[in-house]
Amino acid sequence: MSLKLGVPSKGRLMDKTVEWFARHGIDLGRSGSEREYAGYVRGIEGVELVLLSAGEIPRELAAGRIHLGVTGTDLVREKLGQWEQQVEELAELGFGQADLVIAVPRCWVDVARLDDLDAVAAAFRARHGFRLRIATKYHRLVRDFLRENGVADYQLVDSQGATEGTIKNETAEAIADITSSGDTLRANHLKILEDGLILKSQATLYRARSAALDDAGRATLGALRARLGID
Amino acid sequence: MAARAAILAEAARLRGIFEAAGAVPVETPILQPAEVLLDLYGEDIRARAYVTSDTLRGEQMLRPDFTVPVVQMHMTDGAEPARYTYAGEVFRRQEEDARRANEYIQVGFEIFARAAPEQADAEVFALFCDILRPLGLRAATGDIGILMAAVAGLRTSAARKTALLRHIWRPRRFRALIDRYAGRTPVPEARASLLAAADPMAGAAPLMGLRGPDEIAARIKALHADAAAGPLSGTEVDLLDALLAVRETSDNALEHLRDIAVDLPAIVPAVDRLARRLDALAGRGLDVARLDFEASYGRTQMEYYDGFVFGFYAESRPDLPPVATGGRYDALTRQLGQGREIPAVGGVIRPGLVLDLGGAA
Repeated sequence: MSLKLGVPSKGRLMDKTVEWFARHGIDLGRSGSEREYAGYVRGIEGVELVLLSAGEIPRELAAGRIHLGVTGTDLVREKLGQWEQQVEELAELGFGQADLVIAVPRCWVDVARLDDLDAVAAAFRARHGFRLRIATKYHRLVRDFLRENGVADYQLVDSQGATEGTIKNETAEAIADITSSGDTLRANHLKILEDGLILKSQATLYRARSAALDDAGRATLGALRARLGID
Repeated sequence: MAARAAILAEAARLRGIFEAAGAVPVETPILQPAEVLLDLYGEDIRARAYVTSDTLRGEQMLRPDFTVPVVQMHMTDGAEPARYTYAGEVFRRQEEDARRANEYIQVGFEIFARAAPEQADAEVFALFCDILRPLGLRAATGDIGILMAAVAGLRTSAARKTALLRHIWRPRRFRALIDRYAGRTPVPEARASLLAAADPMAGAAPLMGLRGPDEIAARIKALHADAAAGPLSGTEVDLLDALLAVRETSDNALEHLRDIAVDLPAIVPAVDRLARRLDALAGRGLDVARLDFEASYGRTQMEYYDGFVFGFYAESRPDLPPVATGGRYDALTRQLGQGREIPAVGGVIRPGLVLDLGGAA
């Protein structure tokens, strides 16, 4: 039985993952054309490459359909309840760094911290008759963070892309999104709350705790861990 | 865990007891419009309730409790006074602990009555005590109304009191606000420079979004007023702390609260209500010298309760959630009543837990 390794199927995340494994003498690649989602693994026996959307890797790990997977910390914590019981972090890969943050318009000179946001949310609701809208795709992480910090009278509105534009378009008053340099936020006249850091994320190699392994698979996993320097 | 048929039989038995106590059995839909619950509980309810949707009715929630639909039903066409009972499934997301049930049966009893609220509190609590007595549970009681009265009586601005009352059910944020108002935490740098600025909007980024410049200006004005309001006195903060720390048998708690009320006279009416409730309980044969009272009980779990609160716990089974909970929710009827309100008190029992603990059927 081969060990299934799930890797993002496109973009920078895929390229960086391939580079990271190459540094450990393991060669990952597509078998056919650029468009084909089948892959090969050279440099170690018994590992099978599964190319997947990064967003689906947490679910596949939780279901035990892949044994190992590379994806962002943010996606694992957003999508898996009690993630520590479902997956084990084997290695932080040192790329794909991004912070999940809460940001508000820079013209809100009266808002610097979460308690300002909370006070503004109460006033906003009284004025406009609905709860202050925060656009995000990280519903669970943001909700847990705001509950933990005692922010009330807000609502989360779903935004799967171009989240920074929602405020200008008046479909949200604040956002919670991933940023690496902050450039996009600045370009859209947004600022990060001083205590608005929800999570620091990076590309991470995970092991599925529930995925079944036979003796051969366990041996392969041991060999791979040794090769990657994971004890 | 008890079999479903046995749980349903126990639910029917409990509902029978409530009917014998004068309650009218009522039914409510399982699918509830999400908007009402979201407005009431805020976004947090999404972490506790299952949300589904269709393209015509929008978001719906699988009934996380009966209280809201029963209040709505009463406010629409209920006669006064009224006693209701119900039995059925409630649904709760469980993302933190897979051992907790995400679907279980509740049986409830609610009283809507304007006269003698303490008698109604005692009626509900005494009935629950009778029903649960064979299980040997520990009863916890509290009264959110005393803390609310203490906050309302603080010698500070109305804006601060409103902010504190809004966070009564979020103890951490409540504490942070108290510390800020008392000057025990430093003013954050950004706030200080905002207050010092002659024209805070000078050089600010372009205006955008629905929250307008008038709203920003109004908040800055409010922040200036708050900074001028002066700190909350240390004595008052100590009194609040003393109040929140009250945790003893009900008769001793009452004496202790009377002592605190000497310096915090705003709580006198609320403490009088507690005294009348204890009298009413004693009148129903309960020994208040053996009944626990905790002034901060119900602050983290029971968001709509604003007076008497109670819960029944199996001390030998700390892994189990409370077997029964309840309390007074006058403000909820105001919020759902669209201009009308009625004092209300009630509680629910989980028949599945009654059976798990070896209770009768």
